[in-house]
Amino acid sequence: MELMEKAGKIHEELLKSFEAKIERGDAIEPRDKMPDAYRKHLIRQMSQHAHSEVIGMQPEGNWITRAPSLRAKQILLAKIQDEGGHGLYLYSAAETLGISRAEMIEQLHSGKAKYSNIFNYPSLTWADIGAIGWLVDGAAIVNQVSLQRTSYGPYSRAMVRICKEESFHQRQGYEIMAKMMKGTKDQQEMAQDAMNRWWWPSLMMFGPHDSESPHTGDAVKWKIKRHSNDELRQKFIDKTVQQAEVIGLTIPDKDLKWNESRGCYDHGPINWDEFYRVIGGHGQCNKQRMAHHIKVHNEGAWVREAAEAYRLKKEKQLLHS
Amino acid sequence: MATDSQLAMWEVFMQSKPGANYIHAGCVHASDKKMALQNARDTYTRRGEGTSIWVVPSDAIVASNPEDDDMFFDPANDKVYRLPTFYVMPEGAKAI
Ligand SMILES: [Fe+2]
Ligand SMILES: [Fe+2]
Ligand SMILES: [Fe+2]
Repeated sequence: MELMEKAGKIHEELLKSFEAKIERGDAIEPRDKMPDAYRKHLIRQMSQHAHSEVIGMQPEGNWITRAPSLRAKQILLAKIQDEGGHGLYLYSAAETLGISRAEMIEQLHSGKAKYSNIFNYPSLTWADIGAIGWLVDGAAIVNQVSLQRTSYGPYSRAMVRICKEESFHQRQGYEIMAKMMKGTKDQQEMAQDAMNRWWWPSLMMFGPHDSESPHTGDAVKWKIKRHSNDELRQKFIDKTVQQAEVIGLTIPDKDLKWNESRGCYDHGPINWDEFYRVIGGHGQCNKQRMAHHIKVHNEGAWVREAAEAYRLKKEKQLLHS
Repeated sequence: MATDSQLAMWEVFMQSKPGANYIHAGCVHASDKKMALQNARDTYTRRGEGTSIWVVPSDAIVASNPEDDDMFFDPANDKVYRLPTFYVMPEGAKAI
């Protein structure tokens, strides 16, 4: 009894000093003491973030061989390579919390870990590549800029690096859309169609409304999350509306209008039924995305095995020389 | 089948330009030195962020413990005579 009381007290003191640190605005580093719930929340969020970067390569990869010019192909390749890099930054940042890369991949394949819902939508036309860069990366950037100030040091540093690279992603997408809007009537319609399909899923990327968001409490208190879902969504809408206007695209929301007193745009209701349906595995591409990842992972196993075998052989040679 | 290894972890340090300090950039996975260096280049220098890279096996890094911070870093605080501002210079002395 006495022992348990003592343990409880130590635990309480550790939590207090941890929270004081967060309060001061100090970053938390891998070897610092941290509450289990903090570690768990970060592992969940960071691995989900890493998986999103990697799964997000699929809808764009779909268009590499059909890019309309060599310039477009080079740009798309570089963009997708960046996303792979973002995945790697985030996996290694998550690994500092004591979870292994193999475990994270296993959790992705078993469905225990999620990735961003947006990548369960198909990329049907070349305009979708424009819409993904402009809207999907655009939404991701708003979130990632906010996360540059997240309390966990390795996560924050990965975000700084990622944000530096992201602005080209959004610009290349917007350039595609702008070009198509200056093109033939068919091209303009194709761009508007992509806008219509990607706008609402992009707004859903920020997650449920603050009033419904189950993970927000501790994440805000511990400064993992620096802005709420609705704040970030609003920021994205406010900067995107003007960009759409400039190139002549219509935002597919008849309720969208400037609210003078709030100083930002009001938007129509988001179809959360669709959001939960897609997250629940019933989007157009859920099965395809996962099947592809598992297939490539399994097909690459022999490469990792061969690399290990080569290392062992070299080490043996060194030992006998 | 052998257990599927994700290969060993390496810490990556980069020098942004000749003469600068090497700064920690992140990690990569690789089976040996050569692959670690190549993966570090592909992962961390896609935009000319560096002119030189070090890779070190992660388990070769020895780090101080946050709990020992006091013992480790405090002694410096009471030795202000290590700082130039500690000394009283005669009035009128120049360029010192
Ligand atoms: Fe990214
Ligand atoms: Fe992305
Ligand atoms: Fe991106």
